[in-house]
Amino acid sequence: MNLEWVFFLALAAIAILAALGMLLSRNAVHAALFLVVNFAVVALFYLLLNAPFIAMVQVTVYAGAIMVLFLFVIMLLGAERLNDESRSLPAQGYLAWIAAGVVALTIVMVVYPTIVGAPMPISVGAPPADFGSPAAIGLLMYGQVPAEGGISYVLPFEVTSLLLLVGMIGAVVLTRDAITRRRDGR
Amino acid sequence: MLTSIPVYAYVGLSAVLFALGLIGVLTRRNAITIFMSIELMLNAANLVFVAYARHNLNMSGQVFVFFVMVVAAAEVAIGLALIVTIFRSKRSIDVDALRQLNG
Repeated sequence: MNLEWVFFLALAAIAILAALGMLLSRNAVHAALFLVVNFAVVALFYLLLNAPFIAMVQVTVYAGAIMVLFLFVIMLLGAERLNDESRSLPAQGYLAWIAAGVVALTIVMVVYPTIVGAPMPISVGAPPADFGSPAAIGLLMYGQVPAEGGISYVLPFEVTSLLLLVGMIGAVVLTRDAITRRRDGR
Repeated sequence: MLTSIPVYAYVGLSAVLFALGLIGVLTRRNAITIFMSIELMLNAANLVFVAYARHNLNMSGQVFVFFVMVVAAAEVAIGLALIVTIFRSKRSIDVDALRQLNG
C-alpha cells in the first residue's frame, strides 16, 4: 500500500464521516458546516484526479457561495433547531436506510464487473501536462479544440447563462415581501 | 501525475455518498436539510464524472461537472427562495406541515 492509497482512504473516511455528521446532526448550522467539510474533501479528490480548475470552482462556488447562502437562510429563518419527532410514517426511517443500501449496492454491482472485467491501462497512464487546466477546459468549451464528434459546448454554455438569469429573476420575484407587493397595487 | 488508484474506488465512494444523501432526502423533515442532502447527491455524481474523465483522459467529463455546478447554483437560489416564501406563510419549514393537497 503506497502513500497515495493511504491519502485516498483517509480522505474517503473523512468524506463519509462528514456526510454522516450532516445526516445525523439535529442542528441545521452544524449540518451545513459538516457539508462544507465534505465539499472541501471532494475538492481534494478533484486535485488527485488532475482536475485543478474543477477543484477551485468546487471550493469557491460550492463550499463558498452555495453554503454561505444556506447558512444565511438558516439564520434568517431561525431554523437551527430541527424537530424530526413528528413523523407521519413511523417505519420510514428504517425503510429509507434499507432503500439507500439497495441503491448503493446496485450502483456498485452494476459498475464493478464492467470495470474489473475490462483492462484498465489508461487509468494509470500519465495525462498531458495541461489536463484539466482552466485554459484547456476553456478551449474545449468554446470549441477551439475539436472534441470527439466535433462537439463544442458553446450553445450549452450560453443556455446556462440564460438559466442563471432565470434563477436570479425567480429568486428576486419569489422573495419580494408583501409591502412591496401592496405598493405595486397587487 | 501517475495514479495507482483505480476508478472503481471512486465509484464505490461516490455510491456511498449518494446513498447517504438519499437517506437524508427520505428521512429528514426539515426542508433545508433535504436540500443539503440533494447537494450531497449532486456532488457524488460530479465525483464520478471527474473520475471517469481522468480514467478516459477526456476532459468532457470536467465540462459536464461545470454545467452541473451551474444548475446546482440556480437550483439553490430558487429553492431557498421557495423555502423563505413557505416559511413566511406557514411559519415552519417542516415538510409534513405542507399538506394542503392531501386528499
